[in-house]
Amino acid sequence: MPRIAVIGGGVAGMEVAFRLSQLSFEVDIIEKSFILGGHVHKWQKLFPDFTPAHQIVDQLKNQLRDKVNILFGNEVIKAEQENTKHILYLSDGTTQVYDAIVITTGFKLFNANRKEEYGYSVYPNVITSSELEEYFQNDKPIITKENRIVERIAFIHCVGSRDEKVGNRHCSKVCCITAVKQAIEVAQRNPDAEIYLFYMDLRMFDRKFEDLYLQAQTEYGIKFVRGRLSEVSEKADSRLFLKLEDTLLGKPLRLTVDLVVLMVGMETAENSIQLANALGIPVGQDNFMLPVNCHSQKNITGNRGIFVAGCASGPKSIGETLADARSAALEVYSYLNCN
Amino acid sequence: MPNFGFSIHSPTHIDLDKNYRTIFNYVKVKEPSIQKCIFCGSCSATCTASNYSAMSLRKVNLLLHRGMVQEVRSLTEQCLLCGKCYLVCPRNVNTRRIILLIHEALKMPLS
Ligand code: SF4
Ligand code: SF4
Ligand code: SF4
Repeated sequence: MPRIAVIGGGVAGMEVAFRLSQLSFEVDIIEKSFILGGHVHKWQKLFPDFTPAHQIVDQLKNQLRDKVNILFGNEVIKAEQENTKHILYLSDGTTQVYDAIVITTGFKLFNANRKEEYGYSVYPNVITSSELEEYFQNDKPIITKENRIVERIAFIHCVGSRDEKVGNRHCSKVCCITAVKQAIEVAQRNPDAEIYLFYMDLRMFDRKFEDLYLQAQTEYGIKFVRGRLSEVSEKADSRLFLKLEDTLLGKPLRLTVDLVVLMVGMETAENSIQLANALGIPVGQDNFMLPVNCHSQKNITGNRGIFVAGCASGPKSIGETLADARSAALEVYSYLNCN
Repeated sequence: MPNFGFSIHSPTHIDLDKNYRTIFNYVKVKEPSIQKCIFCGSCSATCTASNYSAMSLRKVNLLLHRGMVQEVRSLTEQCLLCGKCYLVCPRNVNTRRIILLIHEALKMPLS
């Protein structure tokens, strides 16, 4: 029976592995941490319909049960190819031979320290979108690091995305809708808070996204201001002073807020450039893996028997990632049955 | 006092720490559709008054959202209440009613 390696145990890897096991292949998931679910594991509720994230992860875990080997705490150190066989040297010292490989290494979040002017890890009340998500574990009002109830909050779009200075020209795709979702979740916990979103473009690209945006405006009075934050400074009372331009009015704008949330973007995952090099797969200018084309062969890489799915080939929502994973599984099936 | 040719400009930036959104809130309660505006500018492009004045309903909406009342008065004075803006608005903002409510609010002692 053909053996397949799925590199990365996030939602893409779990879905691809499950579908391949359904097609009666022997599948190993090679996961560098000791849990499955990747980034989704750390999320509370998902846009656009507030589905609990754990539901998706639990469902994927249940599907996998006993059907797939999971090699936790493992990474690919070296790769070789002999005819149609792929030989992977893993960090646990073992060597494994596979007939096909699916790369599902996903993404990493932009390190907000690199945008020094935003004061992340200098001012305690500047946090990332991923850190805000931790507040949503319960329904309590959002508070500052000094335990003051947040009365004014600013969400900053495109942090580490659409920014050539930090090497990321690309759009991370999901942070616009995530900001709208999180703004609503703050409004539900702090009904009197003034909530501002500072954006360059609002990219509400998928079904129900525009509805959520409208709901944010009409039901929650959330305010959208077009303009990119230039800098943050801290006042004596630890509140934060923001400077930007309202680009629709063409005037500089100033305001003081209690909490700043940076919508950190997606970058290619740690070590995935090394992995791409080891497997002989090209990466794009944005460092994400490049499939043969992005229309009809988006799961097929230039190297025979190696496939890619999920955010390893660029930012995607969870729905898109799972669909991409299923499509990759079918590509693997076609490849193995034609050889 | 001799004139040295200097003058003091009042600050031109938007200060959200000082602006009060009194008129916005007044309009919002009676005509919630003002909250739906996406500042697309369709209304301004078709506006009869914009041919001969600075009137732009998009700008009026935006100024109200930001609590900048001073400029709103002079802009809305130009409006002919023809309602063309209402016809083109993609968000179905009741533009004409908003202008009437602004007139109403501007007459009130608070503003
Ligand atoms: S999705 Fe929105 S916030 Fe994220 S990078 Fe793209 S434009 Fe910026
Ligand atoms: S047409 Fe409607 S949505 Fe567009 S700017 Fe005018 S009022 Fe706003
Ligand atoms: S109602 Fe006023 S703002 Fe609207 S199109 Fe006519 S003149 Fe312009």
